[in-house]
Amino acid sequence: MAAHTPTTTPRKSAIFDDYTLSEIRRAATTGIYDIRGGGSKRRLPHFDDLLFLGASISRYPLEGYRERCDTSVVLGTRFASKPIKLDIPITIAGMSFGSLSAQAKEALGRGATLAGTSTTTGDGGMTPEERGQSKTLIYQYLPSRYGMNPDDLRKADAIEVVVGQGAKPGGGGMLLGQKISDRVAEMRDLPKGIDQRSACRHPDWTGPDDLEIKINELREITNWEKPIYLKIGGTRPYYDTALAVKSGADVIVLDGMQGGTAATQEVFIEHVGLPTLACIRPAVKALQELGMHRKVQLIISGGIRNGADVAKALALGADAVSIGTAAMVALGDNDPIYEEEYQKLGTTAGAYDDWHEGRDPAGISTQDPELAKRLDPVLAGRRLANYLKVMTLEAQTIARACGKSHLHNLEPEDLVALTIEAAAMAQVPLAGTDWIPGRSGSTEI
Amino acid sequence: MGRGRLTMPELDVREIGVRGVNKALMALDDSTNDRNWVVRSPQGQHSIACGLTAPIDVVIKGHVGFYCAGMNQQANVTIEGHAGVGVGENMMSGRVHVTGNASESAGATAHGGLLVIEGDASSRCGISMKGVDIVVGGSVGHMSAFMAQSGHLVVCGDAGDALGDSIYEAVLFVRGKVESLGADCIEKEMRPEHLAKLAELLQAAGIEAAPSEFRRYGSARKLYNFDIDNVGAY
Ligand SMILES: Cc1cc2nc3c(=O)[nH]c(=O)nc-3n(C[C@H](O)[C@H](O)[C@H](O)COP(=O)(O)O)c2cc1C
Repeated sequence: MAAHTPTTTPRKSAIFDDYTLSEIRRAATTGIYDIRGGGSKRRLPHFDDLLFLGASISRYPLEGYRERCDTSVVLGTRFASKPIKLDIPITIAGMSFGSLSAQAKEALGRGATLAGTSTTTGDGGMTPEERGQSKTLIYQYLPSRYGMNPDDLRKADAIEVVVGQGAKPGGGGMLLGQKISDRVAEMRDLPKGIDQRSACRHPDWTGPDDLEIKINELREITNWEKPIYLKIGGTRPYYDTALAVKSGADVIVLDGMQGGTAATQEVFIEHVGLPTLACIRPAVKALQELGMHRKVQLIISGGIRNGADVAKALALGADAVSIGTAAMVALGDNDPIYEEEYQKLGTTAGAYDDWHEGRDPAGISTQDPELAKRLDPVLAGRRLANYLKVMTLEAQTIARACGKSHLHNLEPEDLVALTIEAAAMAQVPLAGTDWIPGRSGSTEI
Repeated sequence: MGRGRLTMPELDVREIGVRGVNKALMALDDSTNDRNWVVRSPQGQHSIACGLTAPIDVVIKGHVGFYCAGMNQQANVTIEGHAGVGVGENMMSGRVHVTGNASESAGATAHGGLLVIEGDASSRCGISMKGVDIVVGGSVGHMSAFMAQSGHLVVCGDAGDALGDSIYEAVLFVRGKVESLGADCIEKEMRPEHLAKLAELLQAAGIEAAPSEFRRYGSARKLYNFDIDNVGAY
């Protein structure tokens, strides 16, 4: 007699998962690689894999609401006659006008100013809205030089020479035709509606020797007043940091692979570059070996979300951090109040990343005047300021618990790691052990 | 010449350094009476006369290094000698004139004004140019006018490999041989308005050449919006 044959549960492949299958179908149908905004979405070793130890018998804490825990930072003390002084060590990263609406740029300026920090221009140049609303504005000097104007250079408070970004080290920018409004086209001196490629290499220098000469030219033109930042994507942080110091940078901005972008190939975002966590210690080591730690300041970015991330980056040796994606979210990006519209775009709040298409329901990553109107720059600026203040309070809470009177007094010894990977990358012991992978011998707990 | 003086003001790089020279020149504004300046002993130093903003004439007596007259606004800078990398880079207006040869990336990303190179220019001449007019008396090297956005590049000699690669709306005129054209760059018909513009540019540059001997190149505009079937062109 026929016995009942049990069927096995349908089993999906771990490697050919739903996302992978959908991507193969999408590629086969459209014939173009996937382009999106944001940073790496996969699980990577990150700040969540670190913990602070807090005070104990051997270390005593500071009183939470009474004893002072300073958060100020001065950037650009090496050569510039007018360094940047910020109340908090969290800055707003460079995001282009073009990728973001004029209202969003204005909101970033307002929020940063209220919170006592700086904001940064981006590919495409400086808009009067953001200059007007930003007390401290960093001007990006990018390979494309779109909208690059010496008058704006002089109006800026510091200059950031962009070599690369964590989301796409070695890649240039991309602004697709849909987002090229009349204003964007005019600022970039390109026809409306065409896909704009931003170059991946600077047009008039190659290598650290030329870069040094370029930096001197920028200093000459701005009377040696303004700090020169150098922004690099996380790839070879030890050598790049050393070369940045050699080239004469005042400040190094180091962006890991979780760092957001306005638009890049998915394959680039997910498969090129180093996680932020893996970038910090090699960069700090290079600075220390050159006697330049705290003299050439280090700003870390790529996946900073809260005060704990800030405190961890600082404890590992950064002087400040920078945020892009989180600032957009604070303004209102991916807010569930627009869920219905996200659904219409075939996505859901929290997953929307087609920023290059310019149809952002929240009115942030768009040049559509109707959508852009949805963002009130004053209100959005206030939200960003609130968020920056919360992050600062969180970082202070941790620092006080570790007994530090300044966020910069946090140190690697305050940290342990939850995973072997994080322990190796951050060069702190695996929790409960004295083991730092990659180091011979042991450290004291 | 300055009304208050009998001689042209002179600045000597050997005596006051590049910083001293630039500081003196940058301090001038539109109302200055000292309109004619001479810079002596440049010694191939970098960033000489960069970032000028006043409508003055500056003659540099000798060879200069990188980024001479970079980001120029309004000034008329003449280099009596050869120029290093990025001469007149990102210039906005005014005129930069090199009597000798220029190294790589001459006029890179420049937005306006006129850059004249009497001799040859090296590779990447006019790279990413954004509205400047460049007239080269001799030849230009490879990758010239790469991603050139707007403005005119006139080459009285030959052009190297990959001329006008990924060019946008810039207009190129070449009298001699073009080694090869870059992606999306094609030869285009020379119409009367182009001949007139070319004649005007040559005259402004003070270079004698018959416009009828030049050919015109520009964008085929096929790569303006991504199309998978063009992928081989990149
Ligand atoms: C919408 C958007 C636009 C950006 N545009 C630029 C840019 O123009 N230039 C640049 O150097 N980086 C740009 N970035 C990268 C940021 O400056 C920064 O490196 C990154 O956002 C930091 O990581 P986070 O997003 O995880 O905070 C952009 C990022 C975003 C999200």
